[in-house]
Amino acid sequence: MPTTEEIYVKVRETLVDALGVDDDEVTAEATLGGDLGAESIDFLDIVFRLEKNFSVKIPRGELFPENLAAADSSFVEDGMVTESGIAELRQRLPHADIDTLAANPKVENIPDLFTVQMIVNFVESKLADEG
Amino acid sequence: MRWIWIDRFIEFESGSHAKAIKNITLAEEHLHDHFPGFAVMPGSLMIEGMAQTGGILLGETNQFEQIVILAKVPNVSFHSWACPGDTLTYTAKLTDVREEGGVVQCVAHVGDRLVAEAELIFVHLDRDDPELGAIDQKSFVFSTNLLSVLDVGRAGDGSAPSRLAG
Repeated sequence: MPTTEEIYVKVRETLVDALGVDDDEVTAEATLGGDLGAESIDFLDIVFRLEKNFSVKIPRGELFPENLAAADSSFVEDGMVTESGIAELRQRLPHADIDTLAANPKVENIPDLFTVQMIVNFVESKLADEG
Repeated sequence: MRWIWIDRFIEFESGSHAKAIKNITLAEEHLHDHFPGFAVMPGSLMIEGMAQTGGILLGETNQFEQIVILAKVPNVSFHSWACPGDTLTYTAKLTDVREEGGVVQCVAHVGDRLVAEAELIFVHLDRDDPELGAIDQKSFVFSTNLLSVLDVGRAGDGSAPSRLAG
């Protein structure tokens, strides 16, 4: 089982290859969309590369769930994520920093959940599960 | 003119790899502008040829049940060029196939000379997707017309007397 640092380095390489960004742009807090410029197709590319680089299987929607806000109309009210929405996000994105979103639950902040750190956390738990 | 940038398949190993050729000719209008006095096949059209080779290879894995579109070209390098009279050979290898799409590694050669190499990412679209109507049909990797390239060669090479000749 690789260390967190080793996973981070490999995740960084993955993102450099997938997004054409520089090493130093890929910080733990960097958001994939906002900071690193990832577009929808890039998320699929990232999943492909993570699978190859870490020899894991990532089922569709496991790392990047689709239609997060639209899944249930009770999750969003007046542009804010509701408590049930936050609870849903905690369940579907267990590796993301939901606490920060809960402090300022604007819908437009949802994409900021997808950070480099989230991917590192995801891979770490994935590798631990596969033992 | 049809948007078909490969002439025929010379190898096709389902789910694994495929080779297609493209014969370049001065009958192609764009070569007179690209460039005047120095006709070379545009790199963008080589990417299209590689995408058509790889897209058919991927689409065939599920009998063309899903629409395959070229979504991303993460890497492409051009090492040389190809001129009228040259035959480009595109070799596509399927490196990943998933429910959402697939990845193809492709190289282009003229004879033994490496001309280009590319990594191509395709996604599958559901034919029943209501948003499909908004998508430009030209971006589809295969269509009924493009698939006709699979029929090329069925007429034979002319060495055997055909039914019509008799």
